[in-house]
Amino acid sequence: MDMVLETDQLGKRYGGNWALRDCSLHLPAGRVAALVGPNGAGKSTLLHLAVGLLRPDAGTVRIFGESPYANTSILADIGFVAQDTPVYRDFSATELVTMGGKLNERWDATLARTRLAQLGIPPDKPVGRLSGGQRAQVALALALAKRPRLLLLDEPVASLDPLARREFLQSLMGSVAEAGTTVLLSSHLLADLERVCDHVIVLSTARARLSGSVDEIVDGHRQLVGPRHGGEPIRGVAEIVRASHTDRQSTLLVRTNGSINDPAWTVHEVTLEDLILAYLADGDTNTNHEAWGVPA
Amino acid sequence: MIEFVLDGRSKVNTYMQLVQQVKQALRVGLLAPGDRLPKVRDVAQSLAINPNTVLKAYRELEIEGLAEGRPGVGTFVTRTLAGASLPNQSELRADLVAWLHRAQAAGLTHEDVTALVETTMRATLPAESPQPKTT
Repeated sequence: MDMVLETDQLGKRYGGNWALRDCSLHLPAGRVAALVGPNGAGKSTLLHLAVGLLRPDAGTVRIFGESPYANTSILADIGFVAQDTPVYRDFSATELVTMGGKLNERWDATLARTRLAQLGIPPDKPVGRLSGGQRAQVALALALAKRPRLLLLDEPVASLDPLARREFLQSLMGSVAEAGTTVLLSSHLLADLERVCDHVIVLSTARARLSGSVDEIVDGHRQLVGPRHGGEPIRGVAEIVRASHTDRQSTLLVRTNGSINDPAWTVHEVTLEDLILAYLADGDTNTNHEAWGVPA
Repeated sequence: MIEFVLDGRSKVNTYMQLVQQVKQALRVGLLAPGDRLPKVRDVAQSLAINPNTVLKAYRELEIEGLAEGRPGVGTFVTRTLAGASLPNQSELRADLVAWLHRAQAAGLTHEDVTALVETTMRATLPAESPQPKTT
């Protein structure tokens, strides 16, 4: 399988703090991947490393087999929309399309104009005076006009209302279907991601906790409910991701490596959303009661 | 041409929902052999779902022998599910309506009726062969 994005032990440090650490993952071509994690988990850092805006402090990142920091020719194949969809606010949409044509070798101005016309974006108004949803659509249209092989979107729908969000995801999915672009988008909106993405990368406290195809990941996890669990191994369970206990009962979210036939446990399938939440909560358990001077 | 809708609260997989809607349309005669299924791009865009999900649903229909993909043209229905049972349906339906009235007269609630029908179906009819699992 062709790999679009590969990282190996990738790390980035700001001062003494690692924003991203030991991050090894790969993204096959043609996938629409979700990048999820709490604020400060390293999502934006990973995206900036992937477009060569940051230099790694450890490990490597490769896009189409090349280092994006060292080899800028690869940038022609990447479309990147940073957080809050930055565009030159005094420019009109028409002017931005013209500018894109001057700045890029490969530029499909007709594609951009057609999309903007379909979406009813006013051509001559400064984009700073458009609504947030319209501005996000302009930024997406500009990124797609590059005809990128990889599209990176940092929180593209975070500031949009539900209708604008849906319209944005509709245009995105339409163009993915047309061009077969590989997409990596970060978002907090798990319900949207479940529909849109077929690959998921979970970052938590600067590390990659989970990465892979949604089908395989959902298939490889189960929720077990049964009598209180004292830590003894359960056949078919590779790892307990998250456990909660009452005095008699235990609820476990587990990664499986076989079928679980132990009659003591009731086995439930899990949704992607439950699973992501379990991994995120798990990374959060090192609470710092001591630092706050309160009992744990 | 049919239009897909998604039930966001359903536990059923998105791709399986699409498969079930095509089958339902085939059963009631909304789709017939030769009809074209909506384009992958159009479904992905209108429902804001991953195009691979639509492809997976269409592949599933192909595996079950209900549809056929023609490269560059689209996916077409090859078989119907309306079958021979349709002509008998009105008679069966009349029986069922009469039975439901009796159940109501006997004091059964909607939920009682559903539970009774489901348990009786499980006890009387052999389980349908499980869906072939594809990933």
